[in-house]
Amino acid sequence: MSATTQSPTASDSRTPSPSRAARLLGDRRLPVAVTALLFLLMYGGGLARYQYYGFAEPQVFLNLFIDNGYLLVAAVGVTFVILSGGIDLSVGSMIGFTTMFTAWLVERQGLPLLVVVPMALAVGALGGFLMGYVIHNFEIQPFIVTLAGLFLFRGLCLVISKESISISDSTVSSLAQAQASLGAGFLSIGAIVSLVVLAVAFYVLHYTRFGRRVYAIGGNEQSAMLMGLPQGGTKIAVYTVSGFCSALAGLLFTLYIQSGDPLHATGMELDAIAAVVIGGTLLTGGSGYVLGTLFGVLVLGLIKSIIQFEGTLSSWWTKIATGVLLCTFILVQRFMTTRKKA
Amino acid sequence: MTTSSTTPSRWRALTRHHLFWPVAVLILLLLVNVPFTPDFFSVRMADGHLYGSLVSIVLFGSPLILVAVGMTLVIATGGIDLSVGAVVAITGALACSYISDQNDQGALSGVLLAMGLGLLAAVVCGLWNGFLVARMGIQPIIATLIIMVAGRGVAQLITDGQIITINSEPYKLIGGGYWLTLPFSIFVVAAVVAVTVALTRRTALGLLVEAVGGNAEASRLVGIRSRRIKIMVYMFCALCAGIAGLMISSNTSAADGNNAGLWIELDAILAVVIGGTSLLGGRFSIGGTVVGALVIQTLTTTIYTIGVPTQTNLVFKAAVVIVVCLLQSPKFRAKVFGAKFAARFAAKGGAKPAAAAADPAAATEAAPKMEVS
Repeated sequence: MSATTQSPTASDSRTPSPSRAARLLGDRRLPVAVTALLFLLMYGGGLARYQYYGFAEPQVFLNLFIDNGYLLVAAVGVTFVILSGGIDLSVGSMIGFTTMFTAWLVERQGLPLLVVVPMALAVGALGGFLMGYVIHNFEIQPFIVTLAGLFLFRGLCLVISKESISISDSTVSSLAQAQASLGAGFLSIGAIVSLVVLAVAFYVLHYTRFGRRVYAIGGNEQSAMLMGLPQGGTKIAVYTVSGFCSALAGLLFTLYIQSGDPLHATGMELDAIAAVVIGGTLLTGGSGYVLGTLFGVLVLGLIKSIIQFEGTLSSWWTKIATGVLLCTFILVQRFMTTRKKA
Repeated sequence: MTTSSTTPSRWRALTRHHLFWPVAVLILLLLVNVPFTPDFFSVRMADGHLYGSLVSIVLFGSPLILVAVGMTLVIATGGIDLSVGAVVAITGALACSYISDQNDQGALSGVLLAMGLGLLAAVVCGLWNGFLVARMGIQPIIATLIIMVAGRGVAQLITDGQIITINSEPYKLIGGGYWLTLPFSIFVVAAVVAVTVALTRRTALGLLVEAVGGNAEASRLVGIRSRRIKIMVYMFCALCAGIAGLMISSNTSAADGNNAGLWIELDAILAVVIGGTSLLGGRFSIGGTVVGALVIQTLTTTIYTIGVPTQTNLVFKAAVVIVVCLLQSPKFRAKVFGAKFAARFAAKGGAKPAAAAADPAAATEAAPKMEVS
């Protein structure tokens, strides 16, 4: 598993001899490149169509990170799980639960944010750990275990409170409004944290032992076991990472909307999975790049902004467009893997 | 199994029956209600209709039963269908928007056409799912995820993001009407269940479905058209979801693209699991699923009647899923109940398919804990 970082340009086949074309098509990095290309095309399309409406302003691009920072963090967690060949459906509930938990502790219990943040992260990681433990030790399908997690955390949200809790804590609002200037525009704390998470995930997946184990287990669990890789520990760790990322995403989401609501982030797990798939990670595990996830999130974010710019298109088009993209990419993946076998 | 025991063999035979534990849980749940609402079991006549808690459990549970029955067959082939909630929304939206465009909303022909349109859309969704799973070989979770995501968008597109309300007497019948003193939806459910049972147990179809779920490749080699069976099963599941969608929208006389059938796929999967169908496929029980769906509806009703805050409903469901799944896991049983217990089932597993062996134990131990939750 060579840990190459640059997304290659797909257009360097000037003299396409068949073997070269085949090699290019078989390249693992191709899906990432395709997604990046799609993003650029969509962005270019947006520029052409809305050039008089301020689409070209750098802030529009930076807003993609600001408005989707939490999704990026959640999707990074899901990338780990999908790379290892599993799936995590509890992401959305975990985000919702974290917003609720944080809002409740800060507002109703009066705890300082500095105490609440580690607690929320610990709860998320613990939730992920427990799910991973059950999945590994009792050999139950990840799908059903995380489905139970989905129920559980959404239920716990409602147990904390049925109504939404708005946060008026001064630390939270000052953090939410903090901006890091970048010359032409600015980034929020959420966006910066999400980029840091992305960088860390990139390092972990491509330059550490743990990262290779994740790929190995996703590629072929049997072989990984025969090679003597600590399969159980890795599996549990992957779900712990996902739980941690979801909790962190929940915290960012709390900052983003400054309230806790039992219905926050309903269905976000699907967005996260869609982002990962669009980013070119194989659903069967073992192949994909966390950088692709970034492009997946950016594509989804761009769909949302284009719909905002369009004005007349309504929000449900986001869902339809997501579904169509998801379908296309799944089919493309399917064709790529079948050719590889042949 | 041959261990000496003082219990009479008839009792043993009863507890060994695959429906015993789901039914026992259902009865226990129903009994829990009695101290809180003493007239829980009473059914009275008013305006020529039967009223009572039991009737309303069946009435409100009927969409879930339908969806769960379809889901049972999908799960029996080793698949899963996450798109049923979206299909429910699409069907309701399509039918309601067609009716609301009519000049005479009460016209029977218009209503029938609307229902036909809705069901057709549902079957097309099922065909698409089946195509992706059987022809393209995509994992069922992911293949059906597409319609789960996009389908709600389509439903909102049809209703234009609004909640369409209609006023149509014939359409009201299917989900909220009465016939022969009973809610009409009970008859619809009974018909669908009867047809399903007849088709799967009186013909070889059920056996074929189980064969495909047990080992798709082996069944193909034996000469079963496993792809065709799979596509059929997904279409049937979507059709059931479509009927449930008509029922839900007719009960409220409105189509809500956003919330109709929200999370019904999870409830349906839960009902299937409680009913004793293994998620691994290869074995199913329609009767168990019906009882499972009734258990879930009774649980919801019970939570209302005994005054526990309703929002804990989801936590209970989570606990039930976890407990049932843990008990279906051979590893968990071996760890918790010791080697002797596990060996007993291992021996049994040699004679019967593994899934079949796993199940009675699951139900056996699930029951008391489920009652606690």
